[in-house]
Amino acid sequence: MSRIKTVFSSLKQQGKTALIPYITAGDPHPKFTVSLMHTLVKHGADMIELGVPFSDPMADGPVIQRASERALLHKVGLTAVLDMVKTFRQTDQATPIILMGYANPIEAVGAVAFADKAKAADVDGVITVDYPPEECGSFVKELQDRDIDPVFLLSPTTDAKRVELIVNQASGFVYYVSLKGVTGAANLDIVEVASRVASIREQTNLPVGVGFGIRDAATAKATAAIADAVVVGSRMVLAIEGSNEANLLSNVANLMTELKTAVDAA
Amino acid sequence: MQLYDMPDARGHFGQYGGTFVAETLVEALEELRVMYEKYRHDPVFLAEYAYDLKHFVGRPSPIYHAKRLSDKIGGAQIYLKREDLNHTGAHKINNTIGQALLAKRMGKPRVIAETGAGQHGVATATIAARLGLECVVYMGSEDVKRQAPNVFRMKLLGATVVPVESGSKTLKDALNEAMRDWVTNVHNTFYIIGTVAGPHPYPMMVRDFQAIIGIEAKQQMMEMVGRQPEAVVACVGGGSNAMGIFYPYIDVPNVRLIGVEAAGLGMETGKHAAPLTANSAVGVLHGNRTYLMQDADGNIIETHSISAGLDYPGVGPEHAWLKDIKRAEYVAVTDDEAMAAFHNLCRTEGIIPALESSHGLAYAEKLAKTMSKDKIILVNLSGRGDKDINTVAKLANISL
Repeated sequence: MSRIKTVFSSLKQQGKTALIPYITAGDPHPKFTVSLMHTLVKHGADMIELGVPFSDPMADGPVIQRASERALLHKVGLTAVLDMVKTFRQTDQATPIILMGYANPIEAVGAVAFADKAKAADVDGVITVDYPPEECGSFVKELQDRDIDPVFLLSPTTDAKRVELIVNQASGFVYYVSLKGVTGAANLDIVEVASRVASIREQTNLPVGVGFGIRDAATAKATAAIADAVVVGSRMVLAIEGSNEANLLSNVANLMTELKTAVDAA
Repeated sequence: MQLYDMPDARGHFGQYGGTFVAETLVEALEELRVMYEKYRHDPVFLAEYAYDLKHFVGRPSPIYHAKRLSDKIGGAQIYLKREDLNHTGAHKINNTIGQALLAKRMGKPRVIAETGAGQHGVATATIAARLGLECVVYMGSEDVKRQAPNVFRMKLLGATVVPVESGSKTLKDALNEAMRDWVTNVHNTFYIIGTVAGPHPYPMMVRDFQAIIGIEAKQQMMEMVGRQPEAVVACVGGGSNAMGIFYPYIDVPNVRLIGVEAAGLGMETGKHAAPLTANSAVGVLHGNRTYLMQDADGNIIETHSISAGLDYPGVGPEHAWLKDIKRAEYVAVTDDEAMAAFHNLCRTEGIIPALESSHGLAYAEKLAKTMSKDKIILVNLSGRGDKDINTVAKLANISL
């Protein structure tokens, strides 16, 4: 069984929702990434979404774009990110790692070579923001052949027919983008999200994660009540951005503890 | 009959083009695709478009035989398709009118655009004012500085200009920012893309709206000289003016189609904006697959050109396709060569060309020298150079 599946079924038995923090690899500096990942796990991360820096993150808001820019100052590319996962795996073989990024860094390596390298680094899932199912060709198969889950986004504008198309390609879980717009936008309408998540569940047995717009304990708790996983991205990156070398890990730990308490209380 | 039939139903030109966007944009693009399919052959829509091209833009734009320039070079005859004479001073208005009329029909009261040199921004602000649409233009903060007159023109026309501070602060970053606006405000907003790039249906739609350039040129060449030119030359950044003049010529045999990219400080320096000429790796950016200037990690690298309108790391997917099937040729000229051609046209013909178009002129001059006097080169003079006088003056250490 894949790590992602294992985590979801164990949480389900406990009646809990997964907390998935997002950080951009290499932000604020590559030397912190692996310790940040361990800190996230220690303070309640059930899985980690690890962003691959990209020069043109079109679907991200300013917060995550700045994280990419900070990482790119240190030339953190896909190969460096995979090396970080390898290092992380030396001491943590249980926590699923989901890479999140854009198509071009993957195309620069090549789909097959990327899938091989991701497998070698023991990556569990891949979200490619600008690879809709119609365009990703054999990529999904290359991943699944290596037991890596291709995770797809669903949005408020995805109709039932497309949900069908997407869930038929996805594995691991599906990621419902809880609002229109880019990452880090405001105004989460929890009633609307609940009704969308319910209708997605009618079309798939895959766990449904919800992200975009979760900014504090209250929104994390409300989301946890309706989803199988809560993804926290921009808020996590803001905590990193607002820290210095001395308080980086403790600031991230405090935020994680706050979110974990909220998610578990749902 | 048009034999060439591209793209396919999902916007692919061979391996290029497509719809590489986040799920949040898929629905908006599908709505646009359906509406464009509905109206692209609709006689009422096309009549409205044609009316505006004639009475608002001043089309058809003439073809002009640049005799003194041709004599000075001493080779083939150079003819100019005078897109610089259009209202707003460039070919960009052909496309913005088409898309704005579509926005009206789709009930979108707000239009947004990205702009590099500012010509597309001005053309969008212009048609937005004419149709009573709210207009927001995204422009890299570097470009805001080097194209100040166009920024002021957009403001005069009632548009809001948003300087973009992210990334390299140029055209590609303006495009990212406009996409972000669109994905957030898609219910009331139409995104008017200015070039033949972006996700399907943009490369096809922008080409179709710009094809009026080539359609007119074919007819005008017959009227003027009774035949078609040996070569059609146009500058290529994203590639909209080139696609506009090339497209109707694709099925015409024996007409060479030559796209001229910006070699910047020289191809060998790496400081250029010529992904086709450099044979850059193929990748995915801004919703389509194409040749892209990128590093080994797949990050987009900064481009260089004296001309803001050519300063783009990618190129429209149809140009990538035309290069691969060898129907079009792609070359590049340096900043210095473009500047020389700029001054040459000013002095010999009394026409101040845009720096973008000066790249096409520079290559046409080189090519003309290798051809006999009875041969014809048609250059798409895509815009006028009034917007560039600050850049040119600065190069000569003159303050205006």
